[in-house]
Amino acid sequence: MSAPVPSSKPAIDIAKLRYILATDCGSTTTKAILVERVGDSWRQTQRAEAPTTVEEPFANVTIGVSNALTEIGELAGRRFIADDGTIIRRRGDADPDGCDLYISTSSAGGGLQMVVAGVVAQMTAASAKRAALGAGAIVMDTIASNDKRKPHERIQRIRELRPDMVLISGGTDGGNVQQVVQIAEQIAPAKPRPRFGGEYELPVIYAGNKDAAPQVRAIFGDPKYGGFDLAVVDNLRPTLEQENLGPARDKIHDVFLEHVMAHAPGYDRLIAWSDAPIMPTPGAVGDILQRIAARDGLNAVCVDIGGATTDVFSVFGGTFNRTVSANLGMSYSISNVCAEAGMDNVLRWVHIDMDERELRNRVKNKMIRPTTIPQSAEALVFEQAVAREALRLAYVQHKEFATTLKGVQQQRTVGDLFAQQASGQTIVDDMRLDLLVASGGVLSHAPRMEQTAAMLVDSFEPRGFTQLAKDSIFMMPHLGVLASVHAPAAMEVFERDCLVRLGWSVAAAGEGKWGRKCFTYRVSGAVSASGELACGDVALVRVGPEQEVEVVVEPAKEFDLGAGPGKPVARRVKGGTVGILFDARGRPLMLPESAADRRAAVARWAKIWETR
Amino acid sequence: MAKAYTPGLKVSARTLYRARRLLPVHGEVLVKAGDAVKSRDVVARTYIEGDVTPVAVASQLSVPAGDVPSLMLVKPGDTVAAGQPIARSKGIFGFGKKELAAPAAGTVESISATTGQVILRGAPLAVEVKAYVDGRVTEVLPGEGAVVEADAVFVQGIFGVGGETVGPIRVACSAPGEVLDAAHIAADMKGCVVLGGARITAAAVKAAQDAGVAALVAGGIDDADLKAILGYDLGVAITGTERIGLTIVVTEGFGDIAMAERTHGLLKSFAGREASVNGATQIRAGVMRPEIVVARTAADPAPQAGARPEEGALEIGTQVRLIRDPYFGLIGGVAALPSEPAVLGSGSKARVLEVALADGRRVTVPRANIELIET
Repeated sequence: MSAPVPSSKPAIDIAKLRYILATDCGSTTTKAILVERVGDSWRQTQRAEAPTTVEEPFANVTIGVSNALTEIGELAGRRFIADDGTIIRRRGDADPDGCDLYISTSSAGGGLQMVVAGVVAQMTAASAKRAALGAGAIVMDTIASNDKRKPHERIQRIRELRPDMVLISGGTDGGNVQQVVQIAEQIAPAKPRPRFGGEYELPVIYAGNKDAAPQVRAIFGDPKYGGFDLAVVDNLRPTLEQENLGPARDKIHDVFLEHVMAHAPGYDRLIAWSDAPIMPTPGAVGDILQRIAARDGLNAVCVDIGGATTDVFSVFGGTFNRTVSANLGMSYSISNVCAEAGMDNVLRWVHIDMDERELRNRVKNKMIRPTTIPQSAEALVFEQAVAREALRLAYVQHKEFATTLKGVQQQRTVGDLFAQQASGQTIVDDMRLDLLVASGGVLSHAPRMEQTAAMLVDSFEPRGFTQLAKDSIFMMPHLGVLASVHAPAAMEVFERDCLVRLGWSVAAAGEGKWGRKCFTYRVSGAVSASGELACGDVALVRVGPEQEVEVVVEPAKEFDLGAGPGKPVARRVKGGTVGILFDARGRPLMLPESAADRRAAVARWAKIWETR
Repeated sequence: MAKAYTPGLKVSARTLYRARRLLPVHGEVLVKAGDAVKSRDVVARTYIEGDVTPVAVASQLSVPAGDVPSLMLVKPGDTVAAGQPIARSKGIFGFGKKELAAPAAGTVESISATTGQVILRGAPLAVEVKAYVDGRVTEVLPGEGAVVEADAVFVQGIFGVGGETVGPIRVACSAPGEVLDAAHIAADMKGCVVLGGARITAAAVKAAQDAGVAALVAGGIDDADLKAILGYDLGVAITGTERIGLTIVVTEGFGDIAMAERTHGLLKSFAGREASVNGATQIRAGVMRPEIVVARTAADPAPQAGARPEEGALEIGTQVRLIRDPYFGLIGGVAALPSEPAVLGSGSKARVLEVALADGRRVTVPRANIELIET
């Protein structure tokens, strides 16, 4: 579980709680919910949102919080914000105004830019890079003793960069001290200046040979260099065969929260308002997902797509992994999604005529005015196409990260290290995935549930039987932080009001020629349906959330639906608001090569989602 | 009913512009409170450490790292010239001594017995901070810099590239809807802040670079052109350090879009006057927008005073700019603020407002898709 920001607050009397306000201050929107005790139950009763106010003329995140809470008060018929803009506290059972508890998560502050360093580019520097990427950073440069640059070129490069923090690794514990100290000796005199704030000491995390730590401390503590805030954590490569990214990754998250995010204006006031430590949004989502996966014994993936970042969380076999893709998002980072994915990849999901030049301008306009929302149907189609690519790229990054980190430590042989492509099996196994949860604006606020399901299936490409769900109104972050104070209330609200079961994706893994038989399906019980799907086909069978059915699928010999190639699978499942999608488009997903055929196929699939 | 707030860009004929002109590191402030300064005047200066040259003494002399301190001919703090011997090996029985010369001039900063590495620091580099605007020093921040205030015209753009620059305003497009093309750029625009109208073309930027124009200001730019100008596809809006020979500020956004009439008229009325322009944009925490600042003089006529809405508040009659398709770039007045959410063409439900456009149309748009035109 992620570590919240330390804070000293009086103990909370759970028994006296009745009105709980929770906000999530995203980089674009501040979302507030009201959780109330109704009889013996806890329910989420109201929600409201307001633009996050980090921009001038407000430049204070708590104004957005006040706006959202004022609106929620109007909806609830209860005042939560006093005339001076502060939160009203309930003084007794008869008090018509106020709340008993206010808690918040925050992800305002934007992306994280880092410089990483190690001794050998393919070994410790690569591990440092994985730790930084896994923590959600953009890696501006990777410094290594063998990076083919002369020392003075390396120092000049470090001087030019304006990172948010630096991660230094190098050497195995008990091994060579000299080389990692040499790296420190090059970074300290270069004195890289932080991106934000002149008075802010540049955070440096040292996660190298523990025997070199005293000398690294001496270098960064030398008054002639000054201006560094050094933290020493466990070596991320304690032995050659062992990679231990956890401590460095956790420290990066802490520093991000304490230094980088704290530059969101008004953050100090937000901390003072909150009755519990402010949690980073991804930390809160991860916590609630772990609780669900542990309770139900599931392998689960949750994605939270925001304005600046996309976070992917997975729990496989009880092992939790989290990645924050810092520059994959739907507003601040939308242009980067298009640049990274390529406009062709975005446009493959669009089945209507659109002018690329015009679209490029729209993307940039969204980037510079991040709080706008799509007004027309055409704008929504394009936005959801971009979302598919952001999700796909974020999931790829997540899988790459999870291949190298099995829980706390990743066991690898030395041989694996030199054959990076072949090394490590990903623990994110799409065939073993039981539950895929969608969260974040573009997924949670899609006008139709089918659109959310379609985005999930197209970008995550689940295999076999996978249950799809969405966070109804984007309250997983709120419930994650609520769980840190009152877990039973959080779990109750999660079941009753948060999770919307969309249905199932039943998808065949394998590749085949379009038009050839892929698999047959038979649904019996509350709903009856059957059919045969050729490669490239999809079928949607409407099975409601309370309806239980028996599903039998029989794949052709080159396809796998969970039991192995050609082997039938029978499952008893409950439906969802969308139903069961039988997907014969193959895995990896096959799209026609010609633009006209592709557009026709995407249009056909879009129509299937509208099947009643 | 809660007030609706929405951020906007400032376009002001008269404002008290305040610039904190700070050194990146501690240094000397060259002005005092009350001084009148010109934009190009240096207000603070410091010297930052020179370039670093690491010298791998141990490996070059083929000796253990621990022996290096005893073999050094210089000590930390000593100044060395390029080519000056700085270390000498002992050789064998006094023979075969090897000398190592300093590869660059500088000061010996450190000698490491752990790595056998010696760090030479080059001569200090001067860093100067200029006043940036014509104005008066109102506060001196000892060792850091100064606050310069000016009674000024202030226009915020939506997006820019390139850093601070100063130059006289030259009007290239006399109408706000006129596209700024290469034909508008003349050789005598060198060092000028060139005012366009609508979109800037890539050819205009190229011509401006060739002519040595200081800055281009216009309504919009095509993303495809920006990519060609920068040489890469901009992923996130954090700019200001581009080295493209000039600064570009767009006031409205990307695409074929005319500059707001008021903005164009205001800047045009100050043609010939020196403007300070900064393209730096940062759309993240601590948002920074590009800007154009013109210091006013006593001879400038006072702008017409109008009723000023509460800052950031959205009310009937407030002038707004629509900032998302299908109405991107249009300007109008708020006509109604319905409290109930409405279903949009996309199928989403959102809080909306009605805007009376200048062409007489009345359109309904999500509240998230407008921005205030601040005065």
